[in-house]
Amino acid sequence: MTNRQMASDETRAGAGREAREAAAERASIAVRPEFRPGGSGRRERVFQLKGVEVLYSGVSAVKDISMDIHRNDVTALIGPSGCGKSTLLRCFNRMNDLIPGAEVRGDLLYHGEDLYGPAVDPVQVRKLIGMVFQKPNPFPKSIYDNVAFGPRILGRKENLDQTVEGALKGAALWDEVKDRLDSNAYGLSGGQQQRLCIARCIAVQPDTILMDEPCSALDPISTGKIEDLMIELKEEFSIVIVTHNMQQAARVSDRTAFLMVELDADEQNRWGRLVEYDETERIFTNPRDKRTEDYVSGKVG
Amino acid sequence: MTGAGEVQSERTRLAVAGARATVAVALRNQPRRDVILHALFAGLLLLAILLALAGLAALLIQALVRGAPALGPDLFTNVPSTINPEQAGFRPAIIGSLELIAGVILFVVPIGVGAAIYLEEYADKTRWWNRVIEVNIQNLAAVPSIIYGILGLAFIVRGPLDLGFILAAGSLTLALLVLPVVIIAGREAIRAVPDSIRQGSLALGATRWQTIRHQVLPAAIPGVATGVILAVSRALGEAAPLLLVGAVVFITFDPTPFSADGYSALPVQIFQYATRPQEAFQELAFAGVIVMLVVLLAMNSFAIWLRNRYERRW
Repeated sequence: MTNRQMASDETRAGAGREAREAAAERASIAVRPEFRPGGSGRRERVFQLKGVEVLYSGVSAVKDISMDIHRNDVTALIGPSGCGKSTLLRCFNRMNDLIPGAEVRGDLLYHGEDLYGPAVDPVQVRKLIGMVFQKPNPFPKSIYDNVAFGPRILGRKENLDQTVEGALKGAALWDEVKDRLDSNAYGLSGGQQQRLCIARCIAVQPDTILMDEPCSALDPISTGKIEDLMIELKEEFSIVIVTHNMQQAARVSDRTAFLMVELDADEQNRWGRLVEYDETERIFTNPRDKRTEDYVSGKVG
Repeated sequence: MTGAGEVQSERTRLAVAGARATVAVALRNQPRRDVILHALFAGLLLLAILLALAGLAALLIQALVRGAPALGPDLFTNVPSTINPEQAGFRPAIIGSLELIAGVILFVVPIGVGAAIYLEEYADKTRWWNRVIEVNIQNLAAVPSIIYGILGLAFIVRGPLDLGFILAAGSLTLALLVLPVVIIAGREAIRAVPDSIRQGSLALGATRWQTIRHQVLPAAIPGVATGVILAVSRALGEAAPLLLVGAVVFITFDPTPFSADGYSALPVQIFQYATRPQEAFQELAFAGVIVMLVVLLAMNSFAIWLRNRYERRW
């Protein structure tokens, strides 16, 4: 832990309480300080967001996002289309940098470090914070080379075979592909391709894995496998997942953030806003906000 | 109750019959005018393609018929002659052409691919200078080849580079001529690599260059190779710019790239034979045309095969 982080932790523990209570009163954003029982290692925060806003060419896509994401949790971002969940997710590993005109405002701390600080190299960020995309996107190479690509470009070339095997086992794909590591990844099924993408990601030994609707292009059986995998992976990694599927959020996540589209008075501009963020169980059984209740019970959206 | 039901069913029956009749009319009645116009238009299109094919067929048949007597291994092994057409061949010209296109490939692949990578992967298209470069490359591809000949004469043979009338100067001139084609083909090949591949690579912590080097370029190679082959086959057939940069000498020895003794190329040699009045030289010219057409068709077929073989559906 850096000094900076300890300082900010203290600040939050003391002065932050009032602000949190006030927030709870407003019942819009509920950041709860307590954690689920038994989750001993879960107090550590991976991401701290304070008033994060993302703009594309000067137009807000999401506004005023404040939330903490905890280590070894699966954190789900849910909400209707266009509410900015994916935009928010792409802030976490600076993938938004690749979009011309994109801009991130507010504080986004990663283990206490400002992720958008002037000295931070986005390439280094992405080594620590991996990403799995909506559509499986294996490279047009062999299964082995797909997984080995990350370690190779990072110069970790010793024990490459073990790294690849470990990553494929970690992604529950080893038994299905161990006899055809040299065949092209495009020959795999969609679900296998997505697990290959997860293997590719964990081969780099990241700290956090971001998943942008990883199952939306997959059938229910493949989806189930990936969900099981997420629950296994969170022992080692922190996971943030964007999903359209509320059952999925309920099944796999520890904490859930509900985002919603907000319009300005003359309905000219729209942006996403965090409505409620809490333990998943609470969000789905006893949400504080009426809008969350309507959404998770299927009345809207 | 039954009365009302009968009225209802009678109405239904009528309605169904009416709808059927309407549909039947709508399906069958195509206006006569449309039929005629359709036939006329299809006929015109067929005529257009037949005219184009007829031109090509006439060329091929004439070349084959008139060049056939001169075809033979001597064509490839013998040197040209002005007195003795029975003994004359294309050897120096064929070797000259091979050396020319080798030089073109050496020059055009690194520069063309480099320019394509810059324009597709690095250039910020909101900047005016990048748009100017883009428009100019499109325009350069359409500049007549004789203009490149003058450019080669002024800047490569004489002027800043001052290479003299050597084969390498001809190679450079031809390379400039086909460079825009290679850049355009390279850009298309690079653009065809989906962004999801780039994002997947960048998300693993690869730098932009690592992503291009290990993901984008390997996936784009078939497209780039196709573009290079088509460009080279164009360079092979060009005579006009070479006439300006020194390939006019009548030589009877194998040319070398940097010799000031002069060089020749296949299309230029064909031109020289064709300008002679004797029928035997005419035959030789047509035989040269056959050789060149065979080489060009082979190269283009290889390009098409390469494209189909490695074409990827993302």
